[in-house]
Amino acid sequence: MEWEYAPAPESSAIADIKDRYLPFIDGTFKEGNGEDRDTINPGTGERLSTVSTVSAADIDRAVNAARRAYQSVWSQLPGAERGKYLFRIARGIAERSRELAVVETLDNGKPIKETRDFDVPAAAQHFFYHAGWADKLQHLGLGPAPQPLGVAGQVIPWNFPLLMAAWKIAPALAAGNTVVIKPAETTPLSILVLAEVIADADLPPGVVNILTGAGDVGSTLVNHPGIDKVAFTGSTAVGRRIQRELAGTGRKITLELGGKGANIVFDDAAQDQAVEGIINGIFFNQGQVCCAGSRLLVQESIADEFVERLKQRVETLRVGDPMDKNTDVGAINSKAQLGRITALMKAGIAEGAELWSSSCPLPKNGFYLSPSIFTNATPSMRVAREEIFGPVLTTMTFRTPDEAVTKANNSPYGLSAGVWTEKGSRAMGMAAALRSGVIWDNTFNRFDPTASFGGYKESGFGREGGPSGLAAYLDTDDEVVR
Amino acid sequence: MSHLAVSKTYKLFIGGAFPRSESGRTYQARDSHGNFMANAALASRKDLRDAVVAARKGYAAWSKATAYNRGQVIYRMAEMLQSRKAEFVELIMLSHGTSTKIATTEVDASIDRLVHYAGWTDKLAAILGSSNPVSSPYFSYSTPEPTGVVGVLAPADSPLLGLISVIAPVITGGNACVVVAAEEDPCVAITLAEVAGNSDVPPGVIDILTGKMAELAPHLAAHADVNALDLTGAGAQLREHLEQAAAETVKRVYVPRGIPDFAAAPGTARLRAFLEIKTVWHPTGALSLSGGTSY
Repeated sequence: MEWEYAPAPESSAIADIKDRYLPFIDGTFKEGNGEDRDTINPGTGERLSTVSTVSAADIDRAVNAARRAYQSVWSQLPGAERGKYLFRIARGIAERSRELAVVETLDNGKPIKETRDFDVPAAAQHFFYHAGWADKLQHLGLGPAPQPLGVAGQVIPWNFPLLMAAWKIAPALAAGNTVVIKPAETTPLSILVLAEVIADADLPPGVVNILTGAGDVGSTLVNHPGIDKVAFTGSTAVGRRIQRELAGTGRKITLELGGKGANIVFDDAAQDQAVEGIINGIFFNQGQVCCAGSRLLVQESIADEFVERLKQRVETLRVGDPMDKNTDVGAINSKAQLGRITALMKAGIAEGAELWSSSCPLPKNGFYLSPSIFTNATPSMRVAREEIFGPVLTTMTFRTPDEAVTKANNSPYGLSAGVWTEKGSRAMGMAAALRSGVIWDNTFNRFDPTASFGGYKESGFGREGGPSGLAAYLDTDDEVVR
Repeated sequence: MSHLAVSKTYKLFIGGAFPRSESGRTYQARDSHGNFMANAALASRKDLRDAVVAARKGYAAWSKATAYNRGQVIYRMAEMLQSRKAEFVELIMLSHGTSTKIATTEVDASIDRLVHYAGWTDKLAAILGSSNPVSSPYFSYSTPEPTGVVGVLAPADSPLLGLISVIAPVITGGNACVVVAAEEDPCVAITLAEVAGNSDVPPGVIDILTGKMAELAPHLAAHADVNALDLTGAGAQLREHLEQAAAETVKRVYVPRGIPDFAAAPGTARLRAFLEIKTVWHPTGALSLSGGTSY
């Protein structure tokens, strides 16, 4: 029986995409002095809009504006007042949520049902949660009056453009810092709509500054002498470089880097539920998630049956137009990213892993990839070690819980892991044994502003969300020095 | 006829044993007048690598020990230090030329510092962890866990109190440490190793190397199986190089903002520097045990 879905496209008119977007510095949208950049709609491969980018002098202006705002306004405000601004921003995001979801999907390529049901509401909730902390910092257990650090320089990736902006801006402001933030060059639009929300909330000029441009802008920003704190989310390679460049500066750093999350399925797992969780773990946001469950570890006794079930379910995923409300897997964010993913897939085939891909039809234009699964992989293969950052799952097997732990922990990364078992004690035991910052037991890819998120080992340090996320934006060094 | 004293051979402390440096090298520890005190082992890069292997093994046992057990073991160290108080007072007076009063104050403060941290082990989770009220049907909690193997560069100015003040917070959280002792103070450091060796601290949890900090520290900072660094004992110029090396494996690095006053009450910064926060999500499901009954 054929079950065809009629197209159910969201209207792109809701986004009201402008022909040109400007950086947001010192409370106003001004032409930057860098080269213009087009931003592409990954769903079609066509130009979506043009963005004015910043020069080194613009970066100076933004950092100076943030410093001025920190000294003259933001650090002088009572916490309760800071909180009220953040509450306003939370409300503003919620009020423009449909527009923001469409902007995000057009600029990023992720399915509209994800931006609508996850990215945008989670961003609003993040501001709401942190708003409440602004006048309660003395209850964090970090002393009677924790102090902000000053000006935070922040660089965010393209996989969750609006949500990452919220993760960075909300805690920084709640703790009393001001912000200079740079979105990724392929996804600058949603944060510039957020800038409108921020301006409409009457946030004092200079408290949040948004710089557009590519990696060189980010590099200049994090190395700028006027910055007191650096927060970066992105690749481990760039994170390493930032840590190296900032050596000796005493500047507080938060790094949220790559991952190669293990998703471990035991023979007693509820298999249908596990199949759904594995799919969410690797195909959510086309697998372009730092905490993706990209290594499937299945207990040997059920491996053949389980992988077969998994393939059958993946076969039913609808891949295509991100704007269609029925779409499960949308577009890869850029042509360059698609190239990186397929290069690693070729390496996997060359090393002897067996590749299976869904037979779903792909749109002619835009950047698409069929959901794919590698079997017969070994832990030494590149597809088992390196972050693919795409809809590609690498499958391996294990026999005992100890072997599962050893294999899962055998990675320089340590961001996320999943455990699928009906046995509660085993789930809790595994959660303790896995060396990762987030453990999902019988679920995957759950996020909440109240629950801190961040990595072990080379997945970075510092936390976002929860009380420990606020600590990243406060002076917490309580050692007495002479 | 007076008794001819048996002088101690100061060796390294690796994996709970006291080996000589595999290199066969030694250097001379001098007292405050510049007179010969003892020969100390001049640790090599190979010794350091052995110490990291031992620390990784020690970490496996120590991180699994209960918080109560870790607290008792650290308290036991305080007991052992107390019983050897006179020996440490004498050593500090000899090596630093300080008065009995100052040396005694330092040893007393060191004993108290261990007692302070012994009481921390079973409170970290309550202070630094949380139950997270997530807006979905999950029980979510965040809890501190040890970072792993920590490389510690011990400070030079405070031979016993400084050494204990950098080691104790690291092991309190469940980490293991490879300590590079202050170059001028190998005798105090190795005597403290004897205290650790008699306190049920599992082998490898504390490993102490004596020798040249400038020679050993870069290898510690670059070692891929070291998860974090405490640079307290490194000079400003050395620090920058070590931080650069540490970045290659994204190590956590603790750098004091000045010269720590170890006589002051310790805060929690040193504890927090070597702890990771892990968040766990566990479904609560749609199952309602109250059966939808309203009360």
